[in-house]
Amino acid sequence: MRLSPYATPVLAALGLLAVLTLVALLTGAFSIGAVWDPRLLAILALWAAAWTLNVVLSLRVRSAGGALAVAALFGASLIVLWELTVRLYDVPQVILPPPSLVAETFAARAGTLWADFVQTILKGALAGYVIGCGAAFLVALLVDRFSFLRRGLLPLGNFMAALPIVGTAPILVMWYGFGWQSKAAVVVLMVFFPMLVNTVAGLADTTQMQRDLLRTYGASWRQTLTTLRLPAAMPFIFNGLKICTTLALIGAIVAEFFGSPTLGLGFRISTSIGQLDLGMVWASIVVAALAGTATYGLAALVERRMTFWHPSQR
Amino acid sequence: MRSLVPVLVVVLGLLALWYAAVPVMNAAETLTRAERAGAVIDPPTAVERRDLSGLTLALRNPGLLGESWSLERPRLPAPHQVAAEIWATTWDEEVNGRRGIVQSGSFSNRSLIYHGGITLAATLSGFLIGSILGILLAVGIVHSRTMDLSVMPWAIVSQTVPIVALAPMIIVVLYSVGVQGLLPKAVISAYLSFFPVVVGMVKGLRAPERMDLDLMRTYSASRGQVFWKLRLPASVPYLFASLKIAIAASLVGAIVGELPVQKGGLGARMLAGSYYGQTVQIWSALFAAAVLAALLVWVIGWAERRTLRAMGVAG
Repeated sequence: MRLSPYATPVLAALGLLAVLTLVALLTGAFSIGAVWDPRLLAILALWAAAWTLNVVLSLRVRSAGGALAVAALFGASLIVLWELTVRLYDVPQVILPPPSLVAETFAARAGTLWADFVQTILKGALAGYVIGCGAAFLVALLVDRFSFLRRGLLPLGNFMAALPIVGTAPILVMWYGFGWQSKAAVVVLMVFFPMLVNTVAGLADTTQMQRDLLRTYGASWRQTLTTLRLPAAMPFIFNGLKICTTLALIGAIVAEFFGSPTLGLGFRISTSIGQLDLGMVWASIVVAALAGTATYGLAALVERRMTFWHPSQR
Repeated sequence: MRSLVPVLVVVLGLLALWYAAVPVMNAAETLTRAERAGAVIDPPTAVERRDLSGLTLALRNPGLLGESWSLERPRLPAPHQVAAEIWATTWDEEVNGRRGIVQSGSFSNRSLIYHGGITLAATLSGFLIGSILGILLAVGIVHSRTMDLSVMPWAIVSQTVPIVALAPMIIVVLYSVGVQGLLPKAVISAYLSFFPVVVGMVKGLRAPERMDLDLMRTYSASRGQVFWKLRLPASVPYLFASLKIAIAASLVGAIVGELPVQKGGLGARMLAGSYYGQTVQIWSALFAAAVLAALLVWVIGWAERRTLRAMGVAG
């Protein structure tokens, strides 16, 4: 028997209820009344309804816009469920503030958050990202030119890319002070090796046939680089750039935990926790998430424009 | 082994660079000490020296830099100082120390082995939770179009959220509800490690070609049979590749998770070192973390080779 996909959300909700009832009966960890609570039933019903709508949509749509709508609907239903759960069960704000409070805080203190955004993202993360990725790109060209360096540096680069480089944050904060420069330094270290490894892999991604063709043309190393290897490396370079956007944000924010001036997202998060101002904590998180998604999206967009010829973009 | 010589040369080069950087980074401190000991320094007063860079100071006073490599709290410790500290806080502390395993029967809370063990436990449990979750999600995504369309974009968005920034909050909130110890750190590790597994597994489960799937259909294989006999075996190489990334990410999560609650672990060791200016301690914790990361990735690589050989995929 094949199950209709439309039935799965309702079945899943009923199944969850059945399991919870069974657990309540067998272990007595919580009462059956808590399971057949109207609040829980309402939440589950809403979840099943939203999921069914999603199933219907996802089976109908074929366009990119439709796919976006499905994802947006999923995100929106998560937020509504979150709000509902917090309100119905009176969850203490300290543990989980409702999304409405986060939105309120966000609107009320947009000025502070903007200053934090400028300090952490525009100064620390962006400067480090540009310097780190640029340096990695130049070193990759060097590594690619001299095979001795490739054999010596690449294993080390692979090794370093797996290391917890965040750990250098306290040292760099000690060297470069509390300002954004130390955050940029941490970001440089964090993005350097992933970018290096990706670029070198990309520069090596040409076939013997293509290289032979250029040799028959009598192309110099430089011509080979600009006409064949760099274009071929583009998908890898963009992959590295995309990975590094997230790393840059992480580096800049975590470095602020080890010392910062009185602004910045990391500073805001750690001080707001101290004041139990959870609305502000989550608002800062929203800023970080928006910045992360936006930079990732931007990198993906540029990638689509620059490497439109690659199979993965068609 | 062809790359052994180049790697050694590069490592030696880096070490040489490190030794050369030590006097430059520590110039101000070294010269102040030399001045107290009665030496004449160029320029002679501290006020004049304040605005000069370390390089200028080091070049102007080449004869007075002998102490650079043995300062107690250097800005940049020399490699041998770090090595000595690592030796002192692992073997020496455990074998000869009063709190060490030989004298007291348990690992000393001053040794890197003890702190590394705490970090390792959090890393492994987070890695386990994260990879199981990632595999389950990937199976769902491959089998349900709805999940593919609605969960996958959010899984990507979830990774652009700098989760390690949330780490202190997760720890503090869970702490306030009464959950503490290993679990909060494991949650962060799991969050960081599930994503590479999801992406790799989805790719792997979709790796079978049209032709393979058609063959299964001619056998009238059920969805379950296609999954167990075709998709799952095909995904194994992808799974291991992503497990290697996942365990490194998991270690980062565990270290960051140890920052807010000072209850031991390599992350706590780094933060304590940064509070008290014990640079050598930070560096030794950093190297311990590096060794741990290398070991974990190596173990996964070993398991990968064994499994693939047993499956007959690659030698």
